[in-house]
Amino acid sequence: MSVLVYINSKNGLHKSAFETVTYGKKLGDVTVITTGSLSADQLSTLGNYGASKVLVDRSVEGDDDQQLTRIIASAADACSAITIIFSHDLVAKAVAPRLSVRLKAGLISGAINVPSADGTVPVNVFSGKAFGHVKVNASRTIISLLPNSIQPQENGSACSVEDFNGNAGSAGVRVISTKKPEGEIPLPEAELVVSAGRGLKGPENWGLVEDLAAALGAATACSRPVADIGWRPHHEHVGQTGVAIRPNLYIAAGISGAIQHLAGVNGSKVIVVINTDSEAPFFKAADYGVIGDAFEVLPRLTEAVKKFRSSGH
Amino acid sequence: MKILVCISKSPDTTSKISFTENSTKFDENGVQYIVNPYDEWYALVRALEIKEANGGNVTIISVGSAGDEAVIRKALAIGADDAVRIDADPTDAYFAAMQIAEYAKTNGFDLVLTGKETINYNGSQVGGMIAEALDQPFVSVATKMDVNGTTLTLEREINGGIEVVEVNTPAVVSCAKGMAEQRIPNMRGIMAARTKPLQVVAAVAVDQMTTYVNYTMPNAKSACKMIDPSNMDQLVELLHNEAKVI
Ligand SMILES: Cc1cc2nc3c(=O)[nH]c(=O)nc-3n(C[C@H](O)[C@H](O)[C@H](O)COP(=O)(O)OP(=O)(O)OC[C@H]3O[C@@H](n4cnc5c(N)ncnc54)[C@H](O)[C@@H]3O)c2cc1C
Repeated sequence: MSVLVYINSKNGLHKSAFETVTYGKKLGDVTVITTGSLSADQLSTLGNYGASKVLVDRSVEGDDDQQLTRIIASAADACSAITIIFSHDLVAKAVAPRLSVRLKAGLISGAINVPSADGTVPVNVFSGKAFGHVKVNASRTIISLLPNSIQPQENGSACSVEDFNGNAGSAGVRVISTKKPEGEIPLPEAELVVSAGRGLKGPENWGLVEDLAAALGAATACSRPVADIGWRPHHEHVGQTGVAIRPNLYIAAGISGAIQHLAGVNGSKVIVVINTDSEAPFFKAADYGVIGDAFEVLPRLTEAVKKFRSSGH
Repeated sequence: MKILVCISKSPDTTSKISFTENSTKFDENGVQYIVNPYDEWYALVRALEIKEANGGNVTIISVGSAGDEAVIRKALAIGADDAVRIDADPTDAYFAAMQIAEYAKTNGFDLVLTGKETINYNGSQVGGMIAEALDQPFVSVATKMDVNGTTLTLEREINGGIEVVEVNTPAVVSCAKGMAEQRIPNMRGIMAARTKPLQVVAAVAVDQMTTYVNYTMPNAKSACKMIDPSNMDQLVELLHNEAKVI
């Protein structure tokens, strides 16, 4: 089966790119389509994860969803792809639905694994409170894969990279400016996340959270009230009405564990909860619990992590 | 400016999620439906603010059965001039989007707004599908929107940052946090909502592209292991050797 994987290579290749190529390889012969200016040498490394070929349309950066939709549709036709894979990120949220209308393909978004034996694909529903098993009734399928759902696997070698003209056409969206926080790890892709809630008492105390995150190499997150009061930026708000994440490790300090918060984080592989209240509901969803004051426990944990990291881990 | 706001019902966020009929159907027993928070808090309220500042008209649209009119009235209580219900069970996002696109095509809107996703199916699909069907630009996960004549200036989330963009109307925008503040309906709004026009429109024929075959629940967590707050070395050791996450 011919599989097309779209990769956003605007800021280099990230783990989510390796995940989607690995995923595609499990389904069939993978062609990658991307846009922008990343060198052929760099793009050829996608072969290590199982891509047979990379097509790159260098006429656009890839900021406009109408242009991307046309390019990916052209590539899907060029390689007769039956299945098209995205990483379920902000680009996919704009482009995959458009593409499904253009190609009359069934769209499965938020996949968390490869198709099961019965052909259904498991997805997160009810903000992570349950899984749905979705079947497509059309001749083509589009799957957008939640980041951190499968492990990238290296099992190939560098592949060929070809220039491709996808007839991008004109853009509907004009980009005026971009604001990018430097050096931060994007939350949905982060493997380790340190998060805090109202228990931290005020924005001036977030140094404790940032220190632990820096020691671990983790991203930072927060509960909704913390973002609502403006202690932390909105993009850090996790939960049912914020970002849904599935890191390997989620450390929550001073968060009570309300159902709406849990909905966005219960896909995490391991949860550590630090709370003064032994009755906090979050302990029921945790793997490791620390009943204690975050103001004392966080610095102690940071020291322990630093010691661990400096011993060569 | 003529604005169409797409709303969907979703179970109240505290609802217990379970399934019936051999795990093939969401169990609606005892479930309270609300307007999907992204649709209400951000899309609808921002539409009302734009109307208040520039004049125009705000229409709410929802694809659903007669039973869903209570949720549509809840949205009308917050504001909006009128509402449309496409009379069909929204079997998947594609079906719903094609119904809304069809209505938008015949009635002509400057702006179609959706929430960034529903909190039950979390697909983020409907807005983009409508935009493609209408051949209009789409700005997804917008956190800010200003209108200047036929130009929209928006902020949208991109992978790891924020982008300021411009589009010309007509356009489709999916709305997220930052766009507006939640409004609590007042008594006058609730009374007025009862008599606002709610037009029922027959659905057009559309293929169902996807089927939710069945549902499963996550495995229950095993008991939480308690760690002495003074012994964080032990926690680090467990995260490394037992959980293998660092
Ligand atoms: C429709 C709707 C949607 C929602 N969506 C979300 C969502 O997406 N995400 C979300 O997070 N919330 C959401 N909420 C809000 C949610 O219900 C909770 O109110 C919120 O998660 C609570 O945040 P918190 O845990 O930070 O604060 P609190 O509930 O105030 O908890 C603070 C916790 O800190 C502990 N604490 C206090 N001091 C210390 C200390 N020194 N050391 C350690 N622990 C301490 C306390 O024991 C307590 O458990 C939503 C609510 C509604 C109604």
